[in-house]
Amino acid sequence: MADDVTTPEETVVDTTGAASAHPALAAVAATVPSAVFDVVLGDPVARVEREDYLALFEALEDEGFEAFSDLCVVDYLHREIGRFDVVVNLLSHQHKVRLRVLCAVPGNDPTLPSLSGVYPGANFYEREGYDLLGVTFTDHPDLTRIMLPEDWEGHPLRKDESVGSVPVQFKGSNKVE
Amino acid sequence: MTDPSDVAHGEAPDNGAEAPVTAPETGAEERRRLHDVWMSGTEAPTRSGHFTSEAGQEMLEEEEGAVLAQQRGTLVSDDYLDDIESDDDERQILNMGPQHPSTHGVLRLQLELIGERIIRAKPIIGYLHTGMEKTAETLTYMQGSTNVTRMDYLSPFFNELCFSLATERLLGVDVPPRADAIRVLMTELNRVSSHLVWIATQGMDIGALSMMIYGFRDREPILDFFERTTGLRMNHNYIRPGGVAADLPDGWRDDVVSIIDLVTKGVGEYEGILNANPIFIERTQSVGVITPEECDAYGVTGPIARASGVDWDLRKAFPYSGIDQYEFKVPLGRHGDTFDRYIVRMEEIKQSLGIVAQVMDSMPDGDWRTGDRKVTPPPRARIDQSMEALIHHFKLFTGGFGVPAGEVYQAVESPRGELGMYLVSDGGTRPYRLHVRGPSFANTQALPVMLTDSLIADVVATLASVDPVLGDVDR
Repeated sequence: MADDVTTPEETVVDTTGAASAHPALAAVAATVPSAVFDVVLGDPVARVEREDYLALFEALEDEGFEAFSDLCVVDYLHREIGRFDVVVNLLSHQHKVRLRVLCAVPGNDPTLPSLSGVYPGANFYEREGYDLLGVTFTDHPDLTRIMLPEDWEGHPLRKDESVGSVPVQFKGSNKVE
Repeated sequence: MTDPSDVAHGEAPDNGAEAPVTAPETGAEERRRLHDVWMSGTEAPTRSGHFTSEAGQEMLEEEEGAVLAQQRGTLVSDDYLDDIESDDDERQILNMGPQHPSTHGVLRLQLELIGERIIRAKPIIGYLHTGMEKTAETLTYMQGSTNVTRMDYLSPFFNELCFSLATERLLGVDVPPRADAIRVLMTELNRVSSHLVWIATQGMDIGALSMMIYGFRDREPILDFFERTTGLRMNHNYIRPGGVAADLPDGWRDDVVSIIDLVTKGVGEYEGILNANPIFIERTQSVGVITPEECDAYGVTGPIARASGVDWDLRKAFPYSGIDQYEFKVPLGRHGDTFDRYIVRMEEIKQSLGIVAQVMDSMPDGDWRTGDRKVTPPPRARIDQSMEALIHHFKLFTGGFGVPAGEVYQAVESPRGELGMYLVSDGGTRPYRLHVRGPSFANTQALPVMLTDSLIADVVATLASVDPVLGDVDR
């Protein structure tokens, strides 16, 4: 009986791969069981569902990942699990480890909770993600464009956004009639 | 009778019934007139003006909640002295920049003042945005380093190094020891030259004009050495995926020895001028304070975080290019103010010169780029002899090399902090996405924490000590 109870718990830890990615992540995986951990090119990487996105970061901050490092959005245009990936990099000074968290966001509803309540440093990065790729971070205190003018239309780093061109008049060129 | 704006438009709206003004109806923009161009005899403007506006990004007279906390810098630790008593006559919102000599580029700061005291601050950026991340998606991996080197233009070698390391990790390519040593040599010299620009501008901004002359004077031999090695004083495109572009020039040891001697002597001079200078101390100590907790939460890295006591240097934590085989120490401050940033950076210059001296003594022989012909073009002499060499050369310079699909985040310790690049490859010869985590971007974001509750005169001193490079902020 006791074995039957403990075995599923161990398999849960194994499937998330948190302990093998880094020992410090085991407690996080217990708090947010849906997060899947892996090691990519030597870096611990976590993939989390949108519903558990905020909960994972709250757990990570409690677990010693106190330093916010980076947030960016990648557009994978025709991908099944969601068009956008929001990629967050965190640092833990005490564990000396960098963790990358990925969260897929569907293209027809590109919204995600803002991290700026947990890490104030996410503020500018989320504004950049909104500005250049059009992912809306809900509960962001000041979600305005940051790089482009306020009246810019579109989100230029999206893959379906045309690059655009400036017409150049070649005056006096030899016309072929 | 006639409206002045109609007169300005000339004869076109002569009927006066309804002028085709297409200005937006929001309050702030009503004051501005569109620059319509009217040709005589036409009914409508031939070219219509176009507003660009930062209205939504600007600071409002009244903000609330988290926005106010952001602008006051009280999100992490509330050390704000909330004893403001004023009437509206004393409050004003002041725009500093984007064209202001001490904003180090095109940074714009909005400051709310009561008298001389700063109540709120908001950095507004984007004036130098040129879409370099988008450009990177259209350039091959060989061309990519020409693009990234222009981002942080005071430390171009670090941009190239970061991009090259990220590409090499995806490729699984190791570079020869000599390439690693040359990379460390160039980047550490670059750290010295970048810090010399910082000490020059920091001194100039708070009135020590001789520092400006000294800093640029001592930076010059370093740039001369860069020019001899790479062909250019800035934007070198020297560190490339697979190694470096060329070997060090003849007589490079003499150049490096003279640089070390000169800068060591120069640093002594700067410390003689500044360390006990009562004006410098008054203007920097306890100015622009940021705590270690705030540094972590805002993503502030580099000398600013180390001046607050955050013991974190990527060269020690995640060593790259074999920098862990050289001995150096990480200087730390305790107060997190402008003076500690000065102390930390001066010490970093000395430590970097120590690394440079060690690299010079232990420079290994051998090739300076990988022998993998899929990444590195063949030597010129081989092209005349070998058909395969010619094919490799042709393929590399027409199509570039493919990089296995995957994603990687690579970070290096630039003079301003953690410079990271997130590189996504879909297997092609161009990056699918390149995101650059510029250290200045995060450091600029934390400016309200350092600025609020201080005096307007301290803005210039604090901003100079943050040392933002706007090419890195806006990209």
